[in-house]
Amino acid sequence: MIKEPIKVKELSAQERVNGFAEVVSGYSEQEALAESSRCLQCKNPACISGCPVNINIKKFIFQVTKQDYAGAYFTIRKTNNFPSICGRVCPAEYQCRKGCVLNKSKLAYCSPEAINIHFLERFVGDYGMRNNLEVEIERAGEPPESKVAVVGSGPAGLCCAGELVRKGIKAVVFEGLQSCGGVLRYGIPGFRLPRQVLDYEISCLIRSGVEFRTNTIVGKTIFLDDLFQQGFVKIFLGLGAGVPSFLGIKGENFCNVYSANEFLTRVNLMSAYKFPEYHTPVNIGKHVLVIGGGNTAMDAARCALRLQKTSGVKPDVKIIYRRTLAEMPARRLEIEHAQQEGIEFKFLTQPKEFRSDSGGFVQELACLDCELKEADESGRRKAVAKDGSDFNMPCDLAIIAVGLQANQVLTNVVPDLKTDKYKDIVINSQTMETSIKNVFAGGDIVGGEGTVIEAMGMAKKAALSILQNS
Amino acid sequence: MKILSKKIIADSFGIRIVKLTLSSFEISRKARAGQFVVVMVSEKGERVPLTIVDSDAQAGTIEIIFQEAGLTTKVLGSLGAGDNLYALVGPLGRATEIKEYGNVILIGGGVGIAEIYPVAKSLKQAGNHLTVIIGAKTKELLILENELKSLSDKIYVMTDDGSYGEKGFTTTILERLLTQDKYNLVYAVGPLPMMKRAAFVCQPFNIKTIVSLNALMVDATGMCGCCRVTVKGEIKFSCVDGPEFEADTIDWQELENRNRMYLDKEQHACKLNFQRE
Ligand SMILES: Cc1cc2nc3c(=O)[nH]c(=O)nc-3n(C[C@H](O)[C@H](O)[C@H](O)COP(=O)(O)OP(=O)(O)OC[C@H]3O[C@@H](n4cnc5c(N)ncnc54)[C@H](O)[C@@H]3O)c2cc1C
Ligand SMILES: Cc1cc2nc3c(=O)[nH]c(=O)nc-3n(C[C@H](O)[C@H](O)[C@H](O)COP(=O)(O)OP(=O)(O)OC[C@H]3O[C@@H](n4cnc5c(N)ncnc54)[C@H](O)[C@@H]3O)c2cc1C
Ligand code: SF4
Ligand code: SF4
Ligand code: FES
Repeated sequence: MIKEPIKVKELSAQERVNGFAEVVSGYSEQEALAESSRCLQCKNPACISGCPVNINIKKFIFQVTKQDYAGAYFTIRKTNNFPSICGRVCPAEYQCRKGCVLNKSKLAYCSPEAINIHFLERFVGDYGMRNNLEVEIERAGEPPESKVAVVGSGPAGLCCAGELVRKGIKAVVFEGLQSCGGVLRYGIPGFRLPRQVLDYEISCLIRSGVEFRTNTIVGKTIFLDDLFQQGFVKIFLGLGAGVPSFLGIKGENFCNVYSANEFLTRVNLMSAYKFPEYHTPVNIGKHVLVIGGGNTAMDAARCALRLQKTSGVKPDVKIIYRRTLAEMPARRLEIEHAQQEGIEFKFLTQPKEFRSDSGGFVQELACLDCELKEADESGRRKAVAKDGSDFNMPCDLAIIAVGLQANQVLTNVVPDLKTDKYKDIVINSQTMETSIKNVFAGGDIVGGEGTVIEAMGMAKKAALSILQNS
Repeated sequence: MKILSKKIIADSFGIRIVKLTLSSFEISRKARAGQFVVVMVSEKGERVPLTIVDSDAQAGTIEIIFQEAGLTTKVLGSLGAGDNLYALVGPLGRATEIKEYGNVILIGGGVGIAEIYPVAKSLKQAGNHLTVIIGAKTKELLILENELKSLSDKIYVMTDDGSYGEKGFTTTILERLLTQDKYNLVYAVGPLPMMKRAAFVCQPFNIKTIVSLNALMVDATGMCGCCRVTVKGEIKFSCVDGPEFEADTIDWQELENRNRMYLDKEQHACKLNFQRE
C-alpha cells in the first residue's frame, strides 16, 4: 500500500496576502520522516537522472529515514551547494519528481504522488542551516596562490565561488548591484525565498573566504583585462539573463506599464513595499494585469496583490496567458498559491494594444481570444489569435513577464567573447570555457533562461574545469 | 565612496545646486564624457543617476553637480566631507562620441550646464570650435560660467528674468546662430522642454542634434526597462543605449509622461523623510 503524500504546512491565503512572510512553512521532523518513508528506494532511481545536478536522492532520503540528517545534508551538498534555496525554489515537479516512479502523470510535470523530494531537501538544508553544518575546506597541498574572479553573484556565481574556495582557491565575486544573489535577490520575492536564507548562504561563503565586491560592473567599472592584470588567473562569468523582453505592441511605454523585472526589482531589491521608509516608489493599480505564464509572472502577480492588500485597494490581479493552465511553465505550486490568493487566470488571451488616459497612464488592454493548435515539431502547442475576437479589459497597471534575454553589459564591450544569435555566450560544453582562454561561463548567460539548479550545475562544472589547471 | 569635499555653487529662490568631489579610484580611471554614476545615500535610499562632471584619474576622484530636487538629492546635499555614500557605481551609459566635428554648439539649461561641461572639455580637446549657450532662471543660479568660458570660442548667457546676460531662452539664440552660420553638431542638455525645443529648432537645418535624456532609472544597467524611451519608433533603454540620443527621433510626450509617474509619491517621501536642520 502506498501511503498518501505528506502535505506541507502553509500560511493560509487570507493571512499571507497581507505581507511578505514566507508562504510554505516546511516539513516538521515527523512529516519529513513520514514523507521519506514513502520512498521505495528503487533499484534504478529515475529521480536522480531528473535532477540537473544528479543529487543522490535515494541515498539522502534513506538517511532521512534513519534520522541521519547531517549525513543527508552532506549527501546533497556533494552536488548542490544550497539545499535550503533549491528546496524552496526548484521546479522539482518538472525535474527529479517527474522521474520518480510514483509519478502518475504524463504531462510535463509530475502528479502529487511523486515523492516530495524538494520539501525533503529543504528540510535537510534547513537542518544544516540551523546546525551550522559546513563542508570542510580541502586544501590541495600547497597554499593557494592563484585567485579567480567570478562575475555576477546569482546562483551560478555563488556556486562557482563556493566550489573554488572549498578547494583552497581564492575567489572574488564582482557584482554590479548593491547586494548579492542575482535573481534570488531582485526577482524571487521574500515570501518564496526569505532573505535570511539567502543572507545565510552568502555569509557562509564569506566565512569560508569568498570576497564580494558589490557596485562593480565588469565591462564598465573594471575590464576583463584589468582583472587579468590584477593577478586573477581565471575568470568565471555568471552574468544571467537580466534583460526583459517586451511584447512589441502599441502603448507598451505608457505610464504604469512595467516589465516584471522592474516591478520585482523595485519591490524586492529596493524594498518598495516598505515605501516611504525605503525611498524607492512603486505604483499600485486597482486593476492589475500580468502578462505571461512563467515564474516571473506568478511572482509579479503575487507581489502586486500583496501591495493592493497592504495599501487598502480591493484585490484585483489577473494573469493573461496565451495558452492554458497545462502549458504554463511556472512551478505548479506557485500557480496553486496564486489561485488560492485570489489571482484570476485569463487563458487563451493575447494582448493586442494598451490604451491610455489623457495623462499617458494605461487605462485598458485590448485583447484577442486565442485557440490552441496541434503541437508542432517543437512539441509545443501554438496559440493562434482568432480574427475579430477583440475585447477590452480595464487595466491601470500592467506587468509584462514574457521572458528575459542575455545581459549584454559585458559581452557588448568584449568583441572577442563569442556569443550566439541570442547574445548568449558560446562555450565549450566540455570545459565551459568561452572563446577567450581562461574565461569560463555558466548559468542563464549560457543557453538562456533556465532554473536555479541548472545554473548551479553549470557553475559547478566550470569550477571543476577551472580547478583542473589552476 | 567617500565624499572628499562639498561646495554649494548656487543657492537662490529656494533652489540649491551642490558640487561634491567623491573618491573612486576605479570610476575615475574609466569615466568618459557623457557617462554617469548611480548613487544611493543609504541602505534605504533610491538609486539615482547623476552625470560625472569631471574626473581625475591621478587623484582617484570624480565630481558630481546636482540640484536638490527631491528626497535623494536633498539628503545628498545635506552630507559633507568625510561622509560615505551607501553605494556608488559607474561609469554608466555610453560615452559621448568625441571626434572632430568642426563647428559645435553646446546648450546647457539649469543644472544641465554641469552635464555639458565634460562634453565641452572633450570636444575642445578633439579640436572642435565651440559655441556655448547657457541659461538659468536667474543670475545666482547660473553655474560653471567661467569654466565653460575658458573652453569656448564664443559663449552666450541667458536668464529667464534678464538679471544677467540676455533675457530669454537658450533656444532663441540657437535659432539665430543656425540661421547665420553653418554648424556641424548641436549638443543640448537641460530640462525636457528645452531639449524638445532644441530638437524642434534644429530640425529644419538638418543638423545632427544630440540630447542627453533624463529618463527615470532603477538599476541603470539595462535590467529593468524603467528608463525606456521611444527613439525612431523603437524601444531603447536610456541607461545602456543612451543616455544620449539623436534628438529628432525621440517621443518627447511619452518621456514627459513617464517622468511624472511618481510625482505624488516623490513629494510624499520627501516631506516625510527630510527635514533640513
Ligand atoms: C522572477 C523570477 C523567478 C524565478 N523563479 C525561479 C524558480 O522558482 N525556480 C528556479 O529554479 N528558477 C527560477 N527562476 C530562474 C532562475 O532565477 C535563473 O535561472 C537563475 O537565477 C540564473 O542564475 P545566474 O546566476 O545565471 O544569473 P542571475 O541570477 O541572473 O544573476 C546574474 C548576476 O550577475 C550580475 N551581473 C551581470 N552582469 C554583470 C557584470 N558585467 N558585472 C557584474 N555583475 C554582473 C547581475 O547583476 C546579477 O546579480 C526565476 C527567474 C525570475 C526572473
Ligand atoms: C543619465 C542621467 C544623468 C543625470 N545627471 C544629473 C546631474 O548631473 N545633476 C542633476 O541635478 N540631476 C541629474 N539627473 C537627474 C537626477 O537623476 C534627478 O534629479 C534625481 O533622480 C532626483 O531624485 P530625488 O530623489 O532627489 O528627487 P525625486 O523626489 O525623485 O524627484 C523630485 C523632482 O524631480 C523630478 N525628477 C526625478 N527624476 C528625474 C529625472 N531623472 N529627470 C528629471 N526630473 C526628475 C521629479 O519628477 C520631481 O519633480 C540625471 C538623470 C539622468 C537619467
Ligand atoms: S535540486 Fe531540484 S531537481 Fe535536484 S533533487 Fe533537489 S529539488 Fe530535485
Ligand atoms: S524514484 Fe521516487 S521512489 Fe524511487 S528512489 Fe527516487 S524518490 Fe524514491
Ligand atoms: S534603468 Fe533599468 S534598464 Fe535602464
